[in-house]
Amino acid sequence: MEEIKPTRVIDARGSFCPGPLMEMIKAYKQGKVGDVISIYSTDTGTKKDAPEWIKKSGNELIGVYDRKGYFEIVMRKTK
Amino acid sequence: MADKVALILFSGTMDKLMAGSIIASGAVANGMEVDIFVTFWALLQLKKTGVPKPTLSPEAGDMSKQIMKIMQEKKVPSWLDTIRNLKDIGTVNLYGCAMFADLLGLKKEDLDPIVKEVIGVSQFVDMAKDSKMTLFL
Repeated sequence: MEEIKPTRVIDARGSFCPGPLMEMIKAYKQGKVGDVISIYSTDTGTKKDAPEWIKKSGNELIGVYDRKGYFEIVMRKTK
Repeated sequence: MADKVALILFSGTMDKLMAGSIIASGAVANGMEVDIFVTFWALLQLKKTGVPKPTLSPEAGDMSKQIMKIMQEKKVPSWLDTIRNLKDIGTVNLYGCAMFADLLGLKKEDLDPIVKEVIGVSQFVDMAKDSKMTLFL
């Protein structure tokens, strides 16, 4: 599958719950429909909270990926 | 109308204020509006000058110094900065408690500009009665 290029990348590594989630929501609010937002985080709360938020808010969760020493959550703004 | 959460910040210890700001974040993340009534020791933390040095709750005991150091090293944002950031995402209103402000002779101008208004308890309870959740910290 072709890799989806994010419109915006937020590096929230080192920031604690709920910091990364709030950064993601901020980017979501500032963005437009179709935007792909990627967030890097080292916070375990975010790993659960962010995908949950993306689904509940009716947006698309593209994926949660384990990277070296952090993880990446990618979403598409669909509404 | 959006669902609401009402918080009463009473304690001025850093940990409880942080808990309040984090719960407020969770509420905003869920699309809820937050009304915060700040009174007693928490209100002192909103003074423009002469703010008492923030400490942790007594139960932190011997760990207090260590935890403060870790929070500093890991650059944990202050509770007030967390609230300020929320304003970009959703609706958070801070109200100063008129009773305690009067007791100390504090006016709205003596408090951080984030304070929307100094109000009485009745007005706040009126807001809280329409909230889904009210917490006292």
